[in-house]
Amino acid sequence: MNIVVAIKHIPSIADELPVKGNNVDFDSVDFVLNEFDEQSIEQAVLVKEAVGGAVTVVGVDLIGELDSALHLALAKGADKAVKITADEPGADSHMQAKWLADAIKALSPDIVFTGVQASNDLDGQIGPMIAAYLDIPYIGGVSSVEASDHTATVNKEFAGGFGAKYAVTLPMVVGVQAASKPPRYAPISKVRQVAQTATIEKVVPSGEVNAGLLFKKMAPPVVTGHAEMIGGSSKEVAAKIVELLKSKGLA
Amino acid sequence: MAGPIKAKFVEKEHAVVDGVDISGHWNRMFEQRTIFEYTPELIEKIASIPNAESFANCYQCAKCVPVCPVDVVGNYGPRKLYRYAQTGMDLTEAPELWLCTTCKNCLRVCPKEVDMVKIMPAAREQAILDGKFVPAELQQAFENTAKSGNPLGQPQRKRDAWIQNAGVPIPIIKDLGRPVDVLWYVGSYPSYHPRGIDAASAAARTFTALGIDFAILGKEEKDDADSQRLAGEKGLFEMMTEYNIETFNKYEWKELVVTGPHELNAFKNVYPKYGFERPVIHYTTFLARHLDQLKPLLKHEVNVKVTYHDPCYLGRHNGEYEAPRKLLQAIPGVELVEMARNRENGYCCGGGGGGMWMDSFTQKHTKMRLSEKRAMEAASTGANVLAVACPFEVSRFEDAVKSTGNEHVTVNDILELLDKSMRGEQ
Repeated sequence: MNIVVAIKHIPSIADELPVKGNNVDFDSVDFVLNEFDEQSIEQAVLVKEAVGGAVTVVGVDLIGELDSALHLALAKGADKAVKITADEPGADSHMQAKWLADAIKALSPDIVFTGVQASNDLDGQIGPMIAAYLDIPYIGGVSSVEASDHTATVNKEFAGGFGAKYAVTLPMVVGVQAASKPPRYAPISKVRQVAQTATIEKVVPSGEVNAGLLFKKMAPPVVTGHAEMIGGSSKEVAAKIVELLKSKGLA
Repeated sequence: MAGPIKAKFVEKEHAVVDGVDISGHWNRMFEQRTIFEYTPELIEKIASIPNAESFANCYQCAKCVPVCPVDVVGNYGPRKLYRYAQTGMDLTEAPELWLCTTCKNCLRVCPKEVDMVKIMPAAREQAILDGKFVPAELQQAFENTAKSGNPLGQPQRKRDAWIQNAGVPIPIIKDLGRPVDVLWYVGSYPSYHPRGIDAASAAARTFTALGIDFAILGKEEKDDADSQRLAGEKGLFEMMTEYNIETFNKYEWKELVVTGPHELNAFKNVYPKYGFERPVIHYTTFLARHLDQLKPLLKHEVNVKVTYHDPCYLGRHNGEYEAPRKLLQAIPGVELVEMARNRENGYCCGGGGGGMWMDSFTQKHTKMRLSEKRAMEAASTGANVLAVACPFEVSRFEDAVKSTGNEHVTVNDILELLDKSMRGEQ
């Protein structure tokens, strides 16, 4: 099975986000692999281990530092790595989806995995847009995938603890919420070995596309409220909570 | 597998040896028998891993069990692990793999030199390389160290943010642009953890008051990763080691002073294998050497009853028991009392060998945390201060005194007590 994982490099929010002009100050922030992509890499490798095939991981290199994320994916079981050399740190999901779709089309995949969303633009658009460009179906919010030759069984999560099982026909794009197992650990010795031996294929971004969002202003949130600690016995606390909910028109 | 087979015995009806009648059951001997109940395979599996060979040396004398800190709160010890392996446990897949803190108390008493300090990291590394189970919290600490340069996952460029509030100027060696006597390796917890920062700030004030010519690496400093090595991530350790040695060698300094015993162990005992052989010293040893200059600075009485916890990696692993005690006794007003388990037999806090990052995991396999057992022992001495000399310990023991109902015991790094005596109550 020809499996592709589209990954995204995003600014780290381990620290407060530096702002410059009307966007993130990309020069003074670290870039990390999108957390949901760690799940989609795991799910892709699990599918490969179950049915055979090869996993190609592909991402847009925004700041020239994507290699470490690709090496990590290779150490976890991906077979091939491709980077789209964009050198455009602010490229949003619309622009990245177009470049990724063009690169993925050339790979003629049976199944494409993406993280369901990323914590920078939070729009969850990369998966659906790749699917649209490739003219194949998309299913998001996925928590497990079992594939066979031309079909797959996919679990999709809904709000309120509900889930649904879908029988789908391949090819398709899957937006992974969580892999069916927690992401495996890649030992550093293996990652370093991969870093020394692996070749990463380079692709030049193709096609003009407009950004999905235009930034007018970016600023840290203003603190307006604070938590109120309710004291007293549990009965008194409960009574106060009820009163509070009623006063807000919530009960 | 067949059930236990009872050994047959032979007796001679009449037997006299050296004039002593040993007829009948007095000369009873067992016939040779084949043991079917257990196989040596799972012992050999561990002993065949490079550096874990001594696992097979165990002859089940069990001297290690009563001194094993994990056995006190569970069912553990090298002798038991050997027995478990004999009866079907694959150590590389069992939760037992992750419970050892590499405290070295078993090796101290082992007549066969079964060395868990080498066996455990080797077996863990094998398990990690084979893709076996790794506790999620530990995996997070590994990933944090690889990504951020510290197990807490804090940003590298904030590594020296603490110096702003230390109350004294703290020179960064890169900015200083000249050789120094002392390069002070602060460490990850003293750089980022709020209670670690308290100790680091106290150290900075003490060094300054003593007129020490020191500097720190600032944003260039990264974790020593020794505990990650002992938890099985040798590749990560080697990556950090290459970086650290290169960074240390960029600058001219006479002596490397470390806040933490784990760093001492890494830089002094392990880095020589990677080509780094320069003087490294723990802060307690360093300050004890300056005791004559330090004593006149300790002006204020600190009226507390103190018990001191020997960190495994300062004591058993590096032989320093007296310097911390000398420092504490130099503080006017301090009364030092000992816990039952002290010095060579000191009880482990549970933080070594990666235990620092496996508290939730180990809790599922033990009756209580090692730090809780130790906090209770400290409280039983009647002390109102538990003094420590390892940056892992302040947070561990502060949690432990709370969870065991011993909040009246304050946990302080020795550095904080010295600082209190120098400056008075702030």
